Amino acid sequence: MNWPALTVFVVLFIFVTVLGFWAARWRAGDLTQLHEWGLGGRRFGTFVTWFLLGGDLYTAYTFIAVPALVYGAGALGFFAVPYTILIYPLLYMIFPRLWTLAHKHGYVTSSDVVLGRYGNKWLALAVGVTGIVATMPYIALQLVGMQVVIGAMGIAGDGLIGDLPLIIAFVILAAFTYTSGLRAPAMIAVVKDMLIYLVVIAVTVFVPLKLGGFGPIFSAVPAAKLTLAAPVGDSYGLYSTYATLALGSALALFLYPHSLTAILSSSSPGAIRRNAALLPAYSMVLGLLALLGFMAVALHVGTDPAFADGFKRYGNNFAVPALILAVFPAWFAGVAFAAIAIGALVPSAIMSIACANIVSRTIYRGFLAPQATSAQESAVAKIASLVVKLGALVFIIFVPVPYALQFQLLGGLWMIQVLPSVIMGLYFRMLNGWALLAGWAVGTCLGTWMASTTSFKAAVFTLSFMGISFPGYIALWALAANIVVSVVLSLVLKPFVAAAPVLAD
Amino acid sequence: MAIQPHPEPRRHWLRILFVLPFIAMLWVSSYNRLTPELFGFPFFYWYQLLWVVISAALAGIVYKVEN
Repeated sequence: MNWPALTVFVVLFIFVTVLGFWAARWRAGDLTQLHEWGLGGRRFGTFVTWFLLGGDLYTAYTFIAVPALVYGAGALGFFAVPYTILIYPLLYMIFPRLWTLAHKHGYVTSSDVVLGRYGNKWLALAVGVTGIVATMPYIALQLVGMQVVIGAMGIAGDGLIGDLPLIIAFVILAAFTYTSGLRAPAMIAVVKDMLIYLVVIAVTVFVPLKLGGFGPIFSAVPAAKLTLAAPVGDSYGLYSTYATLALGSALALFLYPHSLTAILSSSSPGAIRRNAALLPAYSMVLGLLALLGFMAVALHVGTDPAFADGFKRYGNNFAVPALILAVFPAWFAGVAFAAIAIGALVPSAIMSIACANIVSRTIYRGFLAPQATSAQESAVAKIASLVVKLGALVFIIFVPVPYALQFQLLGGLWMIQVLPSVIMGLYFRMLNGWALLAGWAVGTCLGTWMASTTSFKAAVFTLSFMGISFPGYIALWALAANIVVSVVLSLVLKPFVAAAPVLAD
Repeated sequence: MAIQPHPEPRRHWLRILFVLPFIAMLWVSSYNRLTPELFGFPFFYWYQLLWVVISAALAGIVYKVEN
């Protein structure tokens, strides 16, 4: 047991817990209203939106999963950098438009947007359910991150005792999410980011100093891992893999309920656009964090007997915790681990709130109780936020993947299937709700089938066309099928079905 | 906040700049190499990190011009 680290960790964790409960009073609003509980009253300016979106996007994915992939697979793991570069042009161009539409009609989720656009509640349901199902593996990824750092402090038993700290952390998370809504993660995100920046700066200054610059770090890595293996024969090999992983992840990101929640909670389209210029600061941090994987290689943590047990238990996900333990004094390791755990807590809270908004708005009010009052709607959302977190646990238990990052890619391939319904509808009126529903079904089934051919262990599928093969992210292939079906069916149905209700935007 | 009555055309042509990061990042073979190095970083790594800065600058420029 690492007592100094554990003490610092627990103190910081208690601090953010208090902050989480206290957040209910921040810019106080009537928390029995869904847009107050679930969107913070839509009053977050550029600054808070920056922290909230940052807290949303840069999660245990960034701190544990990406460096673990770089540690194990090398250059391929760096696709996260182009991925986060490509999201900002999309954020700038598309989402202010969605915000304006949502603000005008009081939409809380993308299902609301779709329902308003096409008047098709089955399509709205499909969009909503996709959001919930796709978010679960993403929350599972956060759980893995928390599990690994807790384990790194020496609390790693088997069975219930081993899982107890994780369960406690999740109960705390559930409790303050329940009482404070989106205000809690927004406020904690500020603390989390300051801790993360501190840790990143410390690592990227200290490790190169210790090893004599970045040169020795890169030269410690086998040359074959430093770049992508060049494609051979008639295959685009890792080139198409790398590009499609980046593009597919970028297209999926803002469709996630939790990203949309953060976008819709901002106070103006201008706040969103300013963030498109300010958020890349996080991409820089992500790039540096990815390199922690190489630093771990350079410090030979994988062969250090002190960490053998950790690697055995958590696989490559243990690379970053091992690096931190190897380089820093125990108390600072506590700070770093707290930063990672809180960094998992914030997005988990936002994700579960976002899914809860869908459950109450789309499923409860849309299908079960159309006459529900705002207070009832908000009450259902609070309970739903608890259920979603349990769903994430199911993923951890039943989908054992070699890399935690797989969870994120798996979620992405489902999430991206709502793109035609949510985004294309903002620009084209020719689309038909039923055609979009058919496209969604085709894309979802095709994507799930492709993933099943790898037993859900990989997110890449090789397409062959005229003798040339394109290995690529399943999400993009399935999206292509989805768009073709949506557009073609819309054209076919046009003479028979009334056009979508014309809504001003 | 104020929703502008005519938010559409005005100088939006500059948004064409947003094509650049897509071309640069999806053209993987253009940067999949080790040299030239910069501060010990192989080309593959510093080039992509440089694009983080460029894309932030592009968004900043487009925002300035549009407002």
